[in-house]
Amino acid sequence: MSRLGPLGTTPTPRNLRRRVLGAAFAGVGAAATLVGVLALVVLLADVVRDGVGQLDLDFLANFASRIPGRAGIRAPLFGTLWIMALTAAISIPLSVGAALYLEEYAPRNWVTRVIQVNIANLAGVPSIVYGILGLAVFVRWMSLDRSVLAGALTLSMLVLPVIILAAQEAIRAVPGSIRNAAYGLGATRWQVVRHHVLPMAAPGILTGTILALSRAVGETAPLIMVGAVAFIAFTPTGLGDPFTVLPLQVYDWIRRPQEEFRLLAAGAILVLLAILMTMNATAILLRNRFQRNRP
Amino acid sequence: MARVHDIDMRGKAPALEARDLSVFYGEVEAVRRISLSIPSNRVVALIGPSGCGKSTLLRCFNRMNDMVRGARVDGEVLFHGQDLYDARIDPVEVRRRIGMVFQKPNPFPKSIFDNTAFGPRVNGFRGNLDGLVEDSLRRAALWEEVRDRLGESAYALSGGQQQRLCIARTLAVTPEIILMDEPASALDPIATSKIEDLIQELKKEYTIVIVTHNMQQAARISDYTAFLYMGELVEYGPTDLIFTNPEKARTEAYITGRFG
Repeated sequence: MSRLGPLGTTPTPRNLRRRVLGAAFAGVGAAATLVGVLALVVLLADVVRDGVGQLDLDFLANFASRIPGRAGIRAPLFGTLWIMALTAAISIPLSVGAALYLEEYAPRNWVTRVIQVNIANLAGVPSIVYGILGLAVFVRWMSLDRSVLAGALTLSMLVLPVIILAAQEAIRAVPGSIRNAAYGLGATRWQVVRHHVLPMAAPGILTGTILALSRAVGETAPLIMVGAVAFIAFTPTGLGDPFTVLPLQVYDWIRRPQEEFRLLAAGAILVLLAILMTMNATAILLRNRFQRNRP
Repeated sequence: MARVHDIDMRGKAPALEARDLSVFYGEVEAVRRISLSIPSNRVVALIGPSGCGKSTLLRCFNRMNDMVRGARVDGEVLFHGQDLYDARIDPVEVRRRIGMVFQKPNPFPKSIFDNTAFGPRVNGFRGNLDGLVEDSLRRAALWEEVRDRLGESAYALSGGQQQRLCIARTLAVTPEIILMDEPASALDPIATSKIEDLIQELKKEYTIVIVTHNMQQAARISDYTAFLYMGELVEYGPTDLIFTNPEKARTEAYITGRFG
């Protein structure tokens, strides 16, 4: 291979082939990236074109109506916020507790291994299945009816495995040397968790939680199963009230024959997108802060 | 069987005494029926090639092996006449009385003050915390370097300073014995010599057991040296004897650098 003397200025056929191959692969990769990005841009442009004209205070403040000009998203917007807050309140303590138990307390044996495998599998179960579970357990068996609580409980089941996995990941990323140091100073297991593991894992846990919740906010199927209705003319005032959410409202409007409702749906999609992007931006901000604070 | 030279207890009870101590990681026996006494207010060095069980033995002395999944300890470690592995003994209390400094400096991602104050705080210290923090940092020969920046992050310190902070943090819970697992192996020569000077200072008030890979270091700072090989205690005695006139061929081979 090695030749003495000055470097050649004309590539050998072999080197030429290698260069072409390398450039070709870069091209294919760029094209693959573009397909994804372009599809998204077209979709977004379409929605923005249709929906941006709908966005005004009336649109946010009005309830749904048979008359397109008077229809707004007050009920689904409040419903989505209710569902989001309730789902977070239910799922965060449960999943952080489960993750801490599995990582810091539980022995490593076949029982915990079975639990672990099942959590990973549950994270991949289709959301409609959780809807059926919610219908059977929360709506019927616990007689919660078509309430915002039943909806939030159902979505909590949906995001629980995802948040547990993210929290476990964050907890595992806390260096063992920190745990050793604290134990070596006579800290109890709870003190180690409370003073070191939880604070250091918190940004990671929050990031995972926000991403999981933003998935839940976009869900339609499980909420249809537990009986969220698209057409209601009031906002929930308590846990037992019926509710609707933005994706359901979009679904309801898009099915109607009138062109005006299609535009209304685009407006509702824009509001939903704004909520999702705010959540994802928060997650990214948290992650960046997390990385800066690492030892 | 290990040859054990005379360990001069000066009429005092040993600070620690291992009896027939074995440690298993699953099926692997990492420490094999070791018995040895650690005299109080002395520095005892544990030396031996990698994987010989010296760190594992050290971690038996404050029950840090409890934290290792799959580790099992057989035998006794006597401390004030009590077996540390007695079911009635609380390992948390053991670790407060027998402190530990680790190989890599591992300060908490907190301020210098909070690092030093963590141990006293979790142990329910009621008293002059500022005074205790200052006293601990002074004993660890770090006070002059950090007195004006106690609120700064511990990560702002150099590696050697971080390790002295870890020592100060250990001193703040007023242990009787300090276990050190290669405390200078991640440090440069100047930081290392500061740690070694500190160890000489600390042995007036504490008993120190130190694991080291560095034989010159063992020779410089320790009063007694134990040589371990494949989980067994080969030889244990006064450091000058072990280094000038070892009785076992394997000890001599190791200290003269012919293996390990």
